[in-house]
Parts: sequence; C-alpha cells; structure tokens
Amino acid sequence: MLDSKIPAGPLEEKWTYYKGHCKLVNPANKRKLEIIVVGTGLAGASAAASLGELGYKVKAFCFQDSPRRAHSIAAQGGINAAKNYQNDGDSVFRLFYDTIKGGDYRAREGNVHRLAEVSVNIIDQCVAQGVPFAREYGGLLNNRSFGGTQVKRTFYAAGQTGQQLLIGAYQALERQEALGNVQVYSRHEMLEVVIIDGKARGIIARNLVTGKLERHFGHAVLLCSGGYGNVFYLSTNAMGSNVTAAWKAHKQGAYFGNPCFTQIHPTCIPVSGDHQSKLTLMSESLRNDGRIWVPKQKNDPRKPNDIPEEERDYYLERRYPAFGNLVPRDVASRAAKERCDAGYGVGTTKQAVYLDFRFNLINKYGRAEANKLGIHNPDEATLVRLGKEVVKEEYGNLFDMYEKITGENPYEVPMRIYPAVHYTMGGLWVDYELMTTVKGLYALGEANFSDHGANRLGASALMQGLADGYFVIPYTIGNYLADDIATKPIPTNHEAFEAAEKAVSDRINTLMSIKGKQSVESFHKRLGKIMWEKCGMARNAQGLQEAIQEIRALRKEFWSDVRIPGEIAEMNPELDKAGRVADFIELGELMCLDALNRNESCGGHFREESQTEEGEAKRDDSQYMYAAAWEFKGESNWELHKENLEFEVAKPTQRSYK
Amino acid sequence: MSLTGIFLILFLIVHVGLNACIWANDGGEMFNKAAHFMGANVVPRILEIGLFAGFLLHIIQGFALEFQNRAKRKQGYAVAMGNKGSKWYSRSMGLLGTLILLFLIMHIAHFWVPSRITGLPEAAYNPNHHDLFSEMVKVFEGNLLVVILYVLGCISLAWHLLHGFQSAFRTLGLTNHKYIGMISALGTGFSIIVPLAFAMMPISFYAGWV
Amino acid sequence: MEHYTMNLTLKVWRQKNATSQGSFETYQVRNISSEMSFLEMFDVLNEELIHEGKEPIAFDHDCREGICGMCSMYINGRPHGPWEANTTCQLHMRAFKDGDTIVVEPWRANAFPVIKDLTVDRSAFDRIIQAGGYISVNTGSPVDANAIPVEKEKADMAFAAAACIGCGACVAACKNSSALLFVSAKVSHLALLPQGAPERRTRALNMVAQMDKEGFGSCTNTGACEAVCPKEISITNIARLNSEFTLAGLLSSNK
Repeated sequence: MLDSKIPAGPLEEKWTYYKGHCKLVNPANKRKLEIIVVGTGLAGASAAASLGELGYKVKAFCFQDSPRRAHSIAAQGGINAAKNYQNDGDSVFRLFYDTIKGGDYRAREGNVHRLAEVSVNIIDQCVAQGVPFAREYGGLLNNRSFGGTQVKRTFYAAGQTGQQLLIGAYQALERQEALGNVQVYSRHEMLEVVIIDGKARGIIARNLVTGKLERHFGHAVLLCSGGYGNVFYLSTNAMGSNVTAAWKAHKQGAYFGNPCFTQIHPTCIPVSGDHQSKLTLMSESLRNDGRIWVPKQKNDPRKPNDIPEEERDYYLERRYPAFGNLVPRDVASRAAKERCDAGYGVGTTKQAVYLDFRFNLINKYGRAEANKLGIHNPDEATLVRLGKEVVKEEYGNLFDMYEKITGENPYEVPMRIYPAVHYTMGGLWVDYELMTTVKGLYALGEANFSDHGANRLGASALMQGLADGYFVIPYTIGNYLADDIATKPIPTNHEAFEAAEKAVSDRINTLMSIKGKQSVESFHKRLGKIMWEKCGMARNAQGLQEAIQEIRALRKEFWSDVRIPGEIAEMNPELDKAGRVADFIELGELMCLDALNRNESCGGHFREESQTEEGEAKRDDSQYMYAAAWEFKGESNWELHKENLEFEVAKPTQRSYK
Repeated sequence: MSLTGIFLILFLIVHVGLNACIWANDGGEMFNKAAHFMGANVVPRILEIGLFAGFLLHIIQGFALEFQNRAKRKQGYAVAMGNKGSKWYSRSMGLLGTLILLFLIMHIAHFWVPSRITGLPEAAYNPNHHDLFSEMVKVFEGNLLVVILYVLGCISLAWHLLHGFQSAFRTLGLTNHKYIGMISALGTGFSIIVPLAFAMMPISFYAGWV
Repeated sequence: MEHYTMNLTLKVWRQKNATSQGSFETYQVRNISSEMSFLEMFDVLNEELIHEGKEPIAFDHDCREGICGMCSMYINGRPHGPWEANTTCQLHMRAFKDGDTIVVEPWRANAFPVIKDLTVDRSAFDRIIQAGGYISVNTGSPVDANAIPVEKEKADMAFAAAACIGCGACVAACKNSSALLFVSAKVSHLALLPQGAPERRTRALNMVAQMDKEGFGSCTNTGACEAVCPKEISITNIARLNSEFTLAGLLSSNK
C-alpha cells in the first residue's frame, strides 16, 4: 500500500505540526552521517549546501564539468512566492489554490500547501545570499505576473532568474566545499543505487574522464537529477539532461509517478530542419505583450507584415475571450497545434504560428512613452521607435537570442513560435517526506512527481526545487536518519557494492561489444519521433498501443545494432549517451503505458477520446482522481499502484478560460 | 606597475617643462639655469635617487610581469587572436618598454653621464653653471642617426603611454565612468603632446631652429 | 532570411587525453545549412566520423542556449567565434560561407589543461569561488527580503556582473591567461550589494590569491576579455576589484 504520510490536522497546520514533531539528529551525530546527492541543480545544490551547513557529510555528484552548469540555470521568467509585496490580495492560500487548480487537481494538497508556505522563506534566503532580483527605484523588490494567476507574485532577474538562483545555491555549495562539509564530484554520472537490507546505502558512479567505476557509501541517497523531457529527443532541456539516475532507482524498486504528465510549452522557437539538436524557449512572459495569430487563409504566401489586420486570426483571443493570449500553457499549446494541423501554420515548415509584438509595442508602450514625453499626435514611426526602447528593456536578451537563432529581427517581423517539450510533472513517486518507495532514497525537484499535478504553472519549478532543497529535506531527512545514528559507514567492499558494480560494468561491456551500424543519436531521434507523434500533445489509445510496440522493437534494434566508438576506460561521450538513450527507450514505453491507462484528459495530458464538444480537455474525476505509481516488475512489465487524491480544501471544478 | 608608471609620468611633465626652455630663444640661458637649479639644489638631487629607483622598479616589475604572464600559456594558439578585441600597443607594453629602455641608456650616456660624471663646459653667462645646451647642440646637430633614434624613442614612448596612462588608473581602481572618460581623454592627449614635444627637441637642433 | 548550404574545411585540434601530444586534423563537411548552429555542424561531422569507424570529436556543451557556460571552442582565432556577445552554441552557420576553412582549438592556458580534443578542465574556477565567492549565510531564517533595500542602480550593476556564465572565454582571449574578469565579476556582484559588504575585504584578497595559485596570469588591461565575453561583462569590474583589493590590503589587520 502506498502511504503518502501526510500529517493529520488542518491543511495549514500540517507542516508546522510535522516540523514540531519530527525526530532530530544532534550535531555530534550529524557529523557521523553521510549523504549522497545526485545532481546539482536548484534542488541538489540547495540540498547539499543546507545539509552540509547542518553538519552532515555530503557527497554531491554532477555529470557536467562544474555544479554551476546544471540546467536550472536556463530558467528564464521567474520564481513565485506568496509575499504579497504588491498588496494585490496574494496569500499562501491563493498560491496553494492556483497551483492545485493549475495542476488540474492531480497533485497532493498537503505537499502543495507546504510549497506555498515555504515560498516566502525562499525569497528571503536568496536575497540574503546576494541574488540580484529586479528592484524598484525605491530599492524594494519588483514583481511581474505570469499565466494562470491574477496577482503579481513572480520575482525575477531579467530573463535569467534561474541562472541567478542557481549561482546563489552554487555559491552556498562551494562555501560548504571550502569548509570541508561537502565533496563535489563533477564529471561523474550515477549509474546504480546500492541497496542493503532494503535501504539505499550508496551509489555506483562512473568517472566520465577516466571511465572508471567508483563506489560511494551514504546513509541516505538524494536524487535531484531533474526531468526526462529529452525522451522526446527535441526539447528545451540541455543536451545532457537525462533520466538515468531516476530510472536506475525505479528499477531498484522506486515507483515512478505519473510518467505521462509532460508539459509542452507553447512559445518555443520552431524546428528549422533535420539537423536540429534542441529547442529554445521564449519566456512565457512574452505572452503579456505578444499577440498570437495565424492567417485566415490557408497556406497564405504573403509575408506577415503584408497581411492586413482583418485577414488575421487571433485564435486565442477568439476562442478564449476571458483569458486571451494568457491562457495556461497546455491550452495555448493545443490551440497552436490545432491551427497548424488544420493547415494554417506559417513559415517554411508550416509548423509555427506568429507571436506579434507590434500592436502592444505601438499602442501600449509607444503611446505611454509619447505621453510621458509630452508628444501629442505622434506618428507611427515615433511610436515604434519609443515602443522599441521599452520592449528592449523588458525582453532584450530574449529578442537577441531569437535573432541569433533565426536570423530574423523580432522588433520588425513577428516571431514564429511552436510548442515544445519543456518540463515533466511526472517523476519518482515520493511521500510527504520526499522519500521514494525505497527507504533512504529521496527524490527532489523535477525528479519527483509531487507538486504540479498534471500541469505546472509558470515560475513554479524554481520554487519547488529550492523549497525541496532548502526547507523540506533538512527536516524530513533528520526524521529518517535519527534511527540510523548507530549505523557505521558500510565498507564499499560489501557484497552489495560488488554486485552493483558488476551489474553496471556488465552493462557497459555489453553496450560496447554490440559494435553495430547505427549511431546512438539516430536511435534517440527515432525514439523522439515516436514519442512526439504518439505520446505528445494529443494522445489516443490506438496510437499509444502502436507506440508501445514500436518502442519495444526499437529497444531490440538498439541492443543489437548500436555502434559506440572509443574505449571504456577513457572520456567517451558516445558511451555516456548510449547508456542514457537505453534508459530513455525503457522510460518511453512506461510513459505510453501510463498515458494509455489514463483515459481522461487533464492538464498537459490530452486524450482525444476525452474532450468536450468544443475540443477542450475533459477530466474524469470519478475514474482517475489518483496519482499513478508504477512498480517495475521486469522487462516491459509494470504494476500500477494508485494513490487516491483527496481534496478537502480546493474542491475540483472543470477548468474554463472562455 | 601603476604607481611607478604614474610617478614616471609626473617626471615626464617636469622633464618636458624644463626642456621646453630650449625654445626660449636666448642661446640656452634659461635652459641652462633651469638645469643648474635641478643639478645644484639638494631637493631635486634627492628626488633623482627616487627617480632612478622608480625607473629601476618599473623596469624590473615590467620584465617580471611580461615573463611571468608569457609562462602562463605554454601551448599557444595556431591562429592568433591579434587585434580581435585589443590594441596591438596594449599587448606590446613589454616590447615598447624595452625599446624605451634602450633609448634611455643612450639618453643617459648622452647627457646624464657628462653632466654628473665626466663633466661639461662652463656656461657663458656664469662659469659656475654647466652649458648643457651646447651639449645638446653637440649631440644633435648634423647627427641624423641620433635624431632618428631619439624620434623613434619618442614614438615608442607615445604608444607606451597611450595604453599605460589609462591602464594605471584602472589598476588603481578607477570605476566611475565619468572619470574614466576624462582620464582616457587626458591620457590620449598626454601621450601625443608630451612625446611630440620631446621629439621636436632633437629635430629643432638638427634643423637649426634653436 | 535567405537559407543556403555550404561545404567547409575544418581544422580541429585532436588530443587523445591530457598526457598525449595533440595535433590538428583536417575534415571536409558538406551540405551544411546556414540554419544550423555551430555545434549542430559538429554533430553532423561526428555522426559521419562514427559511420566511418573513427572517433568523434569530444567537446563540452550542454544547454545550447548560451547560459550554462559549458561550450568553449576557440574558432578562427577568437573564443566563441566571430559574433559579438555570443557563445559557441549560439553561433550559427550564417556566420560562414561556402568554401571557408575554420580552425577550431581548445581554450589554451596552463590553468585550463586539455582533457581530450576540445575539452578542457576549468575546475580552477570552482576553487576560486570556494576561496570566497559567496556570502556566508546559512539556510534558515534571514530577515525579510524587503528589509534590505538596495539602490536600483547598484542592484542592476550587481546583476550585470552576476550574469557571468563562467565559460572561461576571458582567460582564453587574454594574452596573459588572466582570470581577472571572472574574479572581478564575482567580487563586484557581491561587493555592490549590502549583503556582501561584511566580507568584501577578505573576499577580494582570498579570491585573487587563489587565482594566482591556480596559475592564471596578471591583468594588463588590454581589454580582450571584455571584447569576447558572451555576457558583455565590463572591465570596469576589474577596476572595482582593484580598488577592493588595494583597500583590503591597506585596511586589513592580518599580517
């Protein structure tokens, strides 16, 4: 039975109650306890630093050359917190409620409320660390607004909020390394969890420079290894982002929660050709000022600026007059796909829509500036010039990035955008304490499934990563380790370490000995195509069943025909990639299985069989009000465990944005 | 580097000011008097020790910096970065400094050594004063090679100053954009005017303007 | 934007590992689209090498959107290639034309030893941060964020310095292999904020000392670092570090 271990009592007192009653480890004993942290993004770096500060002996692992490179660094827009600095009616309860509703009622109330509570501490902590958030002229913090909310609660640092938060956590981590509390292992990849007497007790890691396998003991293991969006090959994730750490844990007994919940972000730079290696996000904040449209005429050959106003279809404003261009991500993405599938797409590939800033550039910013300067009856050229200056200040770095990638100037012509895989709400199933179904094995940040339900709101990923690392795990891990203070470090020549290392080594040898014809990259691309077409923005039973068969066939082909050059005992990026793609293939099958099982539409998961007459997502609370936790039973064999979700405070309603 | 550099810049101001007396059109009397003041007064003599120390320190520091920095990249690039990002003279301070040092040795041999050690003729207006002016005439008049070497020395100094002047202030921590702008402009003017004035001296003697 | 394809000659530094001697290898790549990024062009080349049974070229890269700081190629005599304010991953093939020869080298500096091919070891940067590139505050209950007002201009300057991605292009470009732009960006970021004030003196002294220990050269203000910095970090930060360092040296009571 799945026990989520939600503390009893009223929702708003659960976390306070937990903190007041959980077991503690005294400082002298903390020094005897070792903790392994895999991944150094927001969740991993903040956890490793905080645990090091408490006195635990921490080992932190990352596959990049420095902990500062983790992909949290690429987050653009901001981080939510219920500070109510703007006096616009925000509160912990509203942040909790928005997150539950935004997630389409598929997240746990207790976890989400705790997240909203600690959000305020995160901002205080980050400011104390020197994170340079945007400020007003009076010297106080500034906020911007994001989709799916009616308040301004997003703290930001230009379009580089993730970078600034990660650097803050990284600096805290480096400080602990200097003090000797944390040892960082960069260019290391975790390839197995070591379990002794039912408890996670260490990992096998591969040194990516020498190729050597290493054994590391820990009283507990924290996986902070991020999401698995790269299963789609093309995503906004970094090239190295992978599921391997989480997948190894899954195969060792950790249940995988809601694997099919994937966030497709509506505003990304479209694919330009077969060579494409990754996709680049254009921040959601752009939808504050950009209007999305396609031509009313199919295959319109004209340039966007030559198409007159009356021949443009502002389809989001048409379909969702109440929310217009600021509908949540899942809704905006599906609407773009619908238009392109119907033949109205733009650009060379016809898989894109326009995001046009001209209207607001002239009418909103241009006119405001002209007013400020006392220019009466300004001509259009003046309005464009004045508006441009403001837009540059708001979004300059994003516009520059767009121009570098596409060669087009978005101040002059509308951006072309298309949805792309961005975030995975699914992940390792964890209880209230962030522990997986394996004792002593934790999952934090995007690697777990906990807080965002079926759809994540903008600016909430950073909040969750830091909440887990700074403010949740330091309490919950103590509750577990308090019973472990007598456990001496287990020598790494223990048979469980031997066996785990041998399993890893055998697998690597098998991979290297295939010596087939096809490159790792080509398999990854084929997997991505199957996943995108059949388990992407719209899913149906037939397609998912086909996908499962195709993935199984692909797995066989991979294990008989992959070609990996080079040697084991050296830096070998192709070998690293092969291991990751092999895990993605297995995960892909489970995602399709989960999507097939969940015959309802909710959040980012859209089953074509379950939609309203207008083509909107239709949830089925009577059948599917649960979190799906999959237990690995063997090759292509999983058992479903259901964690029923109870909503005592936020009562489920059908979402409507019309 | 920056402190000794600024000290030497100050010296240049004094030096160019005094030497400008050659253009007083009085057969070198004002120049010789000024030179006498510098040579006979105890304060300039003490400062002279400081000056030598300043030069020595600047030279030693300069060479040490250059060689230490060069050693930081044992394997170089196949394609040099060249002027993509910096000026040639900013990258060539060691070379320019060495050229100036060579010039300095010649310059000391020409004037400081006779003035302090081997002796100079008496000035016409006062037998207690040296006639440094006629020594300049002797060195430069009809001596094209020397004049060219002096002009080359001044050109090296100009490029050296063009980088060194503003760099010294950056090294001392000048961050205010308003002042950086002023210092840059001042530095550029100084780097052109002072070496030009120095270069005009041998030319003036050679051309017979004084 | 007009799309075109091109054939190129690549001269790439190949080096098996840290201890072996490296050399340049020449490769021909065909039908490269002007839409590709520079690293996607390398992907194409690597796929071809794998099919030919050769070893692909190892190079560092991760986010491919110009923010993680992992990519690090020295292209035709300039770190991150010909475009201004740019990283290698954001360099696109529009920058080149048919028939071009492109020479690609790793970052060169004693403090950044080559690990393999175009991959170098930049862990020296982490150790410099460890020497003081932080504010010593534990996770816990600091004061409310708005209890510390920060002048907007200073906050903006701190942010501009904090935008450093730690790629090391400044070192690669500097004739002295100096890391002072990197060090000064961190010192400036923290010194400009009131939260960073209590440790500003020791921070400047310790970080510079660590930089020297790692084998980076000294700054001579040539400005090459600023010219190639993908995030346009200003050398004014170096001047600020200099003043921090000088004051720290004068005011510190440590011997």
